[in-house]
Amino acid sequence: MRASGGAAPLLEVRNLRVHYGGGATAQSQRRAAAVDGISFTLTAGASLGLVGESGSGKSSIARALLRLIPATGAALFQGRDLLAIRGEELRAAREHLQIVFQDPQGALDPRMNVARLVAEPLLEFRPAAANQHREWVTQMLARVGIGTELLGRYPHQLSGGQAQRVGLARALILRPRLLICDEPVAALDVSIRSQIANLLRELRDELGLSLLFIAHDLATVRFLCDRVLVIYHGQTMEMAARDALYEQPRHPYTQALLAANPIPDPTRGAPRAPAPAATLVSGVAAGGCVFQGRCPRAVVRCTHEAPLLRELGGHLVSCHRADE
Amino acid sequence: MAEDGTALLQLRSLTVSYGSAAREVRAVNSLDLELRERECLGVVGESGSGKTQLLLALLGLGGAAARLSGSIRYRGEELLGATPARLQALRGRRIAMVFQEPMSTLNPYLTIATQLTEGARRHLRLGRRAARSRAAELLAMVQIDAAEERLRQYPHELSGGMRQRVMIAMALMCDPEILLLDEPTTALDVTVQAQVLELLRAVRARTGVAIIFVTHDLGALAAMADRVAVMYAGRLIEQAPARRLYQTPCHPYTAGLLRSLPRLDLPVPARLPSIPGQPPDLAELAPGCAFAPRCPLVHERCSTRPELRVLPAARSVACHFEGEAAQIAEAWA
Repeated sequence: MRASGGAAPLLEVRNLRVHYGGGATAQSQRRAAAVDGISFTLTAGASLGLVGESGSGKSSIARALLRLIPATGAALFQGRDLLAIRGEELRAAREHLQIVFQDPQGALDPRMNVARLVAEPLLEFRPAAANQHREWVTQMLARVGIGTELLGRYPHQLSGGQAQRVGLARALILRPRLLICDEPVAALDVSIRSQIANLLRELRDELGLSLLFIAHDLATVRFLCDRVLVIYHGQTMEMAARDALYEQPRHPYTQALLAANPIPDPTRGAPRAPAPAATLVSGVAAGGCVFQGRCPRAVVRCTHEAPLLRELGGHLVSCHRADE
Repeated sequence: MAEDGTALLQLRSLTVSYGSAAREVRAVNSLDLELRERECLGVVGESGSGKTQLLLALLGLGGAAARLSGSIRYRGEELLGATPARLQALRGRRIAMVFQEPMSTLNPYLTIATQLTEGARRHLRLGRRAARSRAAELLAMVQIDAAEERLRQYPHELSGGMRQRVMIAMALMCDPEILLLDEPTTALDVTVQAQVLELLRAVRARTGVAIIFVTHDLGALAAMADRVAVMYAGRLIEQAPARRLYQTPCHPYTAGLLRSLPRLDLPVPARLPSIPGQPPDLAELAPGCAFAPRCPLVHERCSTRPELRVLPAARSVACHFEGEAAQIAEAWA
């Protein structure tokens, strides 16, 4: 871990909540919560993986931090609350907070060529240095592996891997402090995924970036992140340092995710499937653990008493039976 | 390759091309491949490899712009040039397909019951009630509970994993001999993926259906395939029994692809091994081996295209390099 001891966190998220739809009663609001009280901190240069299934709320966290959807709680970024600031302060924060999306082509404006796409943040934030833009753009593109012959191309003329490199150049051209990656390799060809994962790791180290890396692919998260937060139904199930989480997962949900991960070796046996979400019994409304309907270790207590997040051997874990 | 008496499907020099003669693109190029009874054949490839076009050609669904040549034999019967009526009689009845995206394949306006029973009513001439009870039976087989209730629902009321189960149930309605799967697990969460794989294995054990499993996911395939064929730029470049292919890949592309996967069962590397460059544009293929521009073992001889060579142990590979698999692994290191 490269987290420097005692340094003030770059990002501190406290009790983040996102509601979609919602209802009149506290009970129905709780059920409609996409993000239900998530807290974490990220120090400069560290990388945190957010892992969970679709619908777990992991992408909503990214959208809330970027103020694309309303949220409550607090998200202190360089000392300012991202959820509260407005106007010029918000604009200033965005200079240091960038995102790379899953669908590389869809995230780029189809009417702009590569040179323009990467220069656009400079026009907005560094208008005074206009005479240097071209040089910065070419340098950044060269760094992500895009040659000058592609400067005039439009997004539809790029391959998926090229488009993701351009997206990365655009996100990094202002030298942000924090890069949020929302499933950045999931849509790419297998032979391209490892190229982009390597590039992200190099750039993270070179630029001293902090990464918030959102993915359902546990193997890529393990390669890129030094800490991992496992989320289910908008709640933290477990958070731990990388090796602790992968080598000794404490939460049954983390264990299920790891067991389901296929290993490309026919002699290793098939991935093990956890109980499907379809069999979820309605324990959530009754105040029980959100995972108990799928949990192989659930006991009566889990159906009516929600476990609190607690510290256990260096893990933060939300399970009544984690220490058994 | 030896003629196999029990081949369900036999492809010979299958070519699927698009575009004008001057600017022809061969999505599938001179493919020889067999599917045997009860077998699960994995077909691995990235975008542009021709793996999806191959499946569409097998169903006669390549589209009006596709030009097909070569031969596709189903139990000895030539399907290339077969009448539309004949193809329609086979599709869904003997050869069924599960598409990648269940949401865009299911009709949002029709109930699950209507969509599940349509094929059985047409092909098996089942009455409404019989077809419905068959549908309920299959939903139970794909582990969807409360089947009667599900039959009355619409696709949007089901989760992604459940829709994929419905697609599998639909493909099995007429008890087909061949199941074509186009990336059936790709759009799913890893947990749901594991469930679908488990289900497919159970279906195989129970019905003996032969499967062609097309995917780019070598992890998912490892748990399913008996034999694996690897495609690159429209051509078959390697095929082997699954265990041998994963253990000792003989084509540098297969070896590179396997090495580039991040794995949970190995220590975290400082760098993921990766294949440089990107899959080629089929419209701009240079002569010679299509993988040569990305290959660590590239040599002068690679400017002529390597033919598929038969190797011992039921394998074949299209590569000029005739050394050991260990040397290929070394070249990537």
